[in-house]
Amino acid sequence: MGYPSDVRYTREHEWARMENGLITVGITSYATEQLGDVVFVELPAIGKKFEAAKPFGVVEAVKTVSDLYAPISGEVVAVNEELSSNPALVNQEPYGEGWMIRLKPRDTAEFNQLLTNRDYEKLLEEQHA
Amino acid sequence: MQPSATLKRTPFYDFHRALGAKIVEFAGFEMPVRYTGDVREHVCVRERAGLFDISHMGEFHVEGPGALEFLSHAVTNDLASAAPGQAVYSPMCRPDGGIVDDLLVYRFEDHFMVVVNASNTPKDFEWLLDYCPADVELEDRSDRTALLAVQGPKTPEILQGLVPDEALDLGYYRFMTGPVCGVEAVISRTGYTGEDGFELYFEPRHAARVWEGLMSAGNRLGLEPVGLPLEAGLGWTVKFGKGDFVGRDALLRQKEHGLKRRLVGFELEGRRVPRHDMPIEAGGRALGRVSSGTFSPSLERPIGMGYVESGSAQTGTALEIRAGEARLAARVAPRPFYKGGSRRA
Repeated sequence: MGYPSDVRYTREHEWARMENGLITVGITSYATEQLGDVVFVELPAIGKKFEAAKPFGVVEAVKTVSDLYAPISGEVVAVNEELSSNPALVNQEPYGEGWMIRLKPRDTAEFNQLLTNRDYEKLLEEQHA
Repeated sequence: MQPSATLKRTPFYDFHRALGAKIVEFAGFEMPVRYTGDVREHVCVRERAGLFDISHMGEFHVEGPGALEFLSHAVTNDLASAAPGQAVYSPMCRPDGGIVDDLLVYRFEDHFMVVVNASNTPKDFEWLLDYCPADVELEDRSDRTALLAVQGPKTPEILQGLVPDEALDLGYYRFMTGPVCGVEAVISRTGYTGEDGFELYFEPRHAARVWEGLMSAGNRLGLEPVGLPLEAGLGWTVKFGKGDFVGRDALLRQKEHGLKRRLVGFELEGRRVPRHDMPIEAGGRALGRVSSGTFSPSLERPIGMGYVESGSAQTGTALEIRAGEARLAARVAPRPFYKGGSRRA
């Protein structure tokens, strides 16, 4: 399998990366494989606040659609504008250029409670057992 | 994907797994939704050819002295003027004119084959059984029928040598029986992609021989397996002049008094995809709901269909689709959405 160890994960297949006190959020390569070719990502306005586990956006693929859930509570400080013209970045580089939003966390302790890559790999194994 | 004892598999299941397809539950079957990528597979069908396993579809065998009369009564389109060797697309209606299902009726010399949507197979069979007279034998042969579709402009070239030469001269919605890869089959020039193509019906025990035969012959011409096709709709298939059929009175009333609602196609201006059941509005007024929507890789924009008040059905009418809090700008578009296909009318 091999999911990156520099990010944390949710059970809904988002990842979160802590950098300079901010949390960047995207969806995992597992999620992109399930969704297929992404054609549109609806992202929130900067300044909007979200509670952990609440939907912050929508990802549309050719044959599927899914809500996006905030891994932690916080305020949106940046969104990936590139995705509006090139949504395929989500498939191509889910952990890099395909990121979706950056949050200013309300409480960094929430981040530490997210799944590690080992936890996430175990979760996927259990789901496919 | 959770494997489940209750889900059915088509005879091509092992091929799908071996190719690494993503398998989803559809209509009670474990079906491949994609092998490589949705857009790549879409483009493959538009430019070359795709191989679809649609064995989940239902097939009914109808035979007996009253078979033509029985089926003519059960469906809205005209079967009597179809010659043997012709397939007819038709809705099947309830007495109130609502649709039970849409289906294909194949007229053979001495019997018929009715092909229905997988999710409706048991329901359609029960429905037909209720109308079936004593002199007609109606049999569900879905489990004894494998069905592959080869669709795309390269299809005739791919099938050359695998099917009799006459098969390549068949017109659209015409079929014959004959060998495919040495296996007895119904060879039908039909399909729902808008591209030239064939649908091939044969016994499941020959599944490997036909799949491998098609793939190895098609390899050179770019044939690839393609995930589950989506479904679309109707309009020119109700023939009032043919005599009585189920739903005729209700449909005739609607025709004479004008329809309150009409099925329209629409294209969206943004990238957000309209989905089933989203409300359709104009100027804040509710007009109807989305029946289906998808992203069209060929048009590179979202498209959808839905029922709206007749006054808002003209091409070009501005619509709004409500997606949660968002309102998506749309415009009624003529159908078919995609007109560049290789299909021969």
